Amino acid sequence: MALSDDDVRRVAELVRIGLDESEVKPLGEELSRIFSWIEALREVDVAGVAPMTSVVEMQLRERDDAVTDGDCRDRILGNAPAADEGHFVVPRIIE
Amino acid sequence: MAAGDCSAVELVEACIAAQGAAADLNAVVAATAEQARAAARHADQRRHRNEARPLEGIPVAVKDIFCTRGVATTAGSRILDGFVPAYESTVGAKLWDAGAILLGKTNMDEFAMGSSNETSWWGPVRNPWSPAAGPSLVPGGSSGGSAAIVAARAVPAALGTDTGGSIRQPASFCGVVGLKPTYGRCSRWGIIAFASSLDQAGPLTRSVADAALILQHIAGFDPKDSTSADLPVPDLHAALHGDVKGLRVGIPAEYRLDTLPVAVGDLWEQGIAWFRAAGAELLDVSLPHTRYALPAYYIVAPAEASANLARYDGVRFGRRSAGRDPDDLYTRTRREGFGEEVRRRIMIGGYVLSEGYYDAYYLRAQQVRTRIAEDFRTAFREVDVLLTPTAPSSAFPEGAKTDDPLAMYVNDIFTVPASLAGLPAISVPAGLDDDRLPLGLQLIGRAFDEATLLRAAAALENAVGTLPSPMGSA
Repeated sequence: MALSDDDVRRVAELVRIGLDESEVKPLGEELSRIFSWIEALREVDVAGVAPMTSVVEMQLRERDDAVTDGDCRDRILGNAPAADEGHFVVPRIIE
Repeated sequence: MAAGDCSAVELVEACIAAQGAAADLNAVVAATAEQARAAARHADQRRHRNEARPLEGIPVAVKDIFCTRGVATTAGSRILDGFVPAYESTVGAKLWDAGAILLGKTNMDEFAMGSSNETSWWGPVRNPWSPAAGPSLVPGGSSGGSAAIVAARAVPAALGTDTGGSIRQPASFCGVVGLKPTYGRCSRWGIIAFASSLDQAGPLTRSVADAALILQHIAGFDPKDSTSADLPVPDLHAALHGDVKGLRVGIPAEYRLDTLPVAVGDLWEQGIAWFRAAGAELLDVSLPHTRYALPAYYIVAPAEASANLARYDGVRFGRRSAGRDPDDLYTRTRREGFGEEVRRRIMIGGYVLSEGYYDAYYLRAQQVRTRIAEDFRTAFREVDVLLTPTAPSSAFPEGAKTDDPLAMYVNDIFTVPASLAGLPAISVPAGLDDDRLPLGLQLIGRAFDEATLLRAAAALENAVGTLPSPMGSA
């Protein structure tokens, strides 16, 4: 399985990681090597096998639909790179 | 301390001094000495009032992936530079409630992605077993700082996390005990997520008894973690008698690799002989899908990581790079904030989850994972524990595998299968190789049967006897 340059650019955009044009080809080659190693999985007969969805046998629990936490706006904003008047600050979106 | 031979203040001071002496290891990224001194005085007062809790005054180092209230937490990443959690992880809070004292946040591979501690933004950790002359050896990873600082005798116990071997492999490389509990045994709340269906917290210690003691106090149900198991935690200390007469120990045929170094293979044979001599019943078992575990892991873990790490966007916490618009801000922040291995795994994860590839990769990997779990279930009808090597080699020099991701990934060949199946497993230091570097043997147990696992581990530890310390003396 070989990744094309366009595959690499497309995935980098999807995961929002900036790439220099010079990095596209070497990264594509490296990922292609990893994916050709992963290809071994095609040998496994998985017909009718359920994908694992729960690691150990357990039922997902429900809880009451009630507020259990909160009132911590300023503590949360304290870790923001930029905050103003109780809000996160991002660059202007609308010109 | 209960006998009055030593106070918490003395113990904490001794550990602070030892961590200072071991500063060249780069194992600790935040020292927390003043906080620990205050906690030690408090612990001595409690003991004086006969109010000592089970771990009163015991210093514990914590991998920098556990959120610690008021203490910077970076997960070894530049992107979390400046992040100071407003809350404590559940397992951390349980330790402090039992009287333990936080002494040091430990270095780690960035976001726990690595097997050598070389991907840390804080730089590599030196294995205390490195020869005085010659290149630094890696401590393993990703919990490399935790393993190194325990091996250096600068703290009696440390917490790590294990996703595909990140407690057990560094424990093997550093000659300490490393225990990964059953998935769901310990709460993941407040632990920075790497791969949510695999991550588990656990102890690194110098003895099996200490690992059992720490696990006893960090395990248990937590409503804040939806995959935390609502099951009672057995009395683990009671399991430590180490009597394995009649215990059925399985040896998986598929772990006998042609490429296994002679020293590793010989130690495994020695382990088999020790269990036989102790009265255990040794049985050959087959785990036919073993060779597919690593490739499946390198789909599942990056896929989950790419989703978990989507939150690092430079807006709500951590480091931000300037951008002309939000998209530009995200793209630059993530490019500059994540290191090479983390970017690589996010790319793998993004690719396997992207439109048109999901069924071929992620779905198939989860089906293979079911097969791997079935292999173990079948084996555990015949045996009580499995005995294998922990890692395919002893510690290697810094830089030896950084150019080849696949060579690095193979370090976890013996630890990943149990992770995919959610099973508890422990690495026990079992000997030294020809270079006088430690090697561990791994025991794998049934889900939620840490008691039997620890009983077998105690028997193995008894058979091994005393190994030398990295500083030369026993």
